[in-house]
Amino acid sequence: MVVQLHEVVERGRVESVVEYFKGRIYQRPPLRSSVKRSIRVKNIYEIEVLDYQDKFLMLRVLCDPGTYMRKLAHDMGLILGVGAHMRELRRTRTGPFREDETLVTLQEVGEALYLWRSSGDERYLRRVIQPVEVSTVHLPKILVLDTAVDAVAHGANLAAPGVALLTKNVESGKPVAIYTLKGELVALGKSLKSADEIARMDKGLIAETTRVVMPRGVYPRTWKTKSGSGLR
Amino acid sequence: MGLKEKGVGFLDKITARAGYVNNWITVREADTSPDYGVLPYERGIIDHINFGVINLDKPPGPTSHEVVAWIKRMFNIERAGHGGTLEPWVY
Repeated sequence: MVVQLHEVVERGRVESVVEYFKGRIYQRPPLRSSVKRSIRVKNIYEIEVLDYQDKFLMLRVLCDPGTYMRKLAHDMGLILGVGAHMRELRRTRTGPFREDETLVTLQEVGEALYLWRSSGDERYLRRVIQPVEVSTVHLPKILVLDTAVDAVAHGANLAAPGVALLTKNVESGKPVAIYTLKGELVALGKSLKSADEIARMDKGLIAETTRVVMPRGVYPRTWKTKSGSGLR
Repeated sequence: MGLKEKGVGFLDKITARAGYVNNWITVREADTSPDYGVLPYERGIIDHINFGVINLDKPPGPTSHEVVAWIKRMFNIERAGHGGTLEPWVY
């Protein structure tokens, strides 16, 4: 982000104040905000001065989601005693997404869509759009048997017998991505057990389904209903 | 190569591309039927659009919300969203 200081400050002082914001910080959401305005603890994992000229300070910040950059800029101004505000902000990374070869502009999206519609050539559209699974690569993963897929697609929680394989970083209380054995994203969930525990279980719930992505009925329904066997 | 190996291979490939690694534990040996579902990279173009994400370089000015509305109109789709922080563009 680019921070504009309201008065010129000596570089050494700016650098020490920037350093001061490393680690845990406390922020109250701004007045115009869609979340509850209670004080929140956020982590600034990395903060680096990329450039400082005149009153303009360019910073690279690695922080928790939901950290207010505008607030950070304002607070730096308070500590420097001259006041400051955020001039520009660019998100360079979020979850698994970076400014790499997959980053595309609206113009490129529009052109790829036009090419497909006008000539039937899908290649550009497939370059611009990535499979939804790409958005979950940073998460711990559970792959489920074909017989367990549709229950999860209906929003059911995942039980131990449905698990085929999982990654070692699955942790109780943490998010997980649930896939089919073909690698299709079925749902997002919250794990109720650790990977080791799940590997040793033969019954019981192991994950809560929080967000379903796959439509119902793609995989066969195998559970029983009150009206008799659901096997088709 | 079986369908399961292809599926796991796909996940490993996209995971590695983003700089992460999957350390797998096999709990139950099983394969997956070719009768339902599809390998993510073999989806038809309509499904590819509906189950796709775009890493979009949003211009300054319009809000994320506005850009989502444009994308919906361009593609003529009902469901689209954005995730500045956690979730990606999920259609």
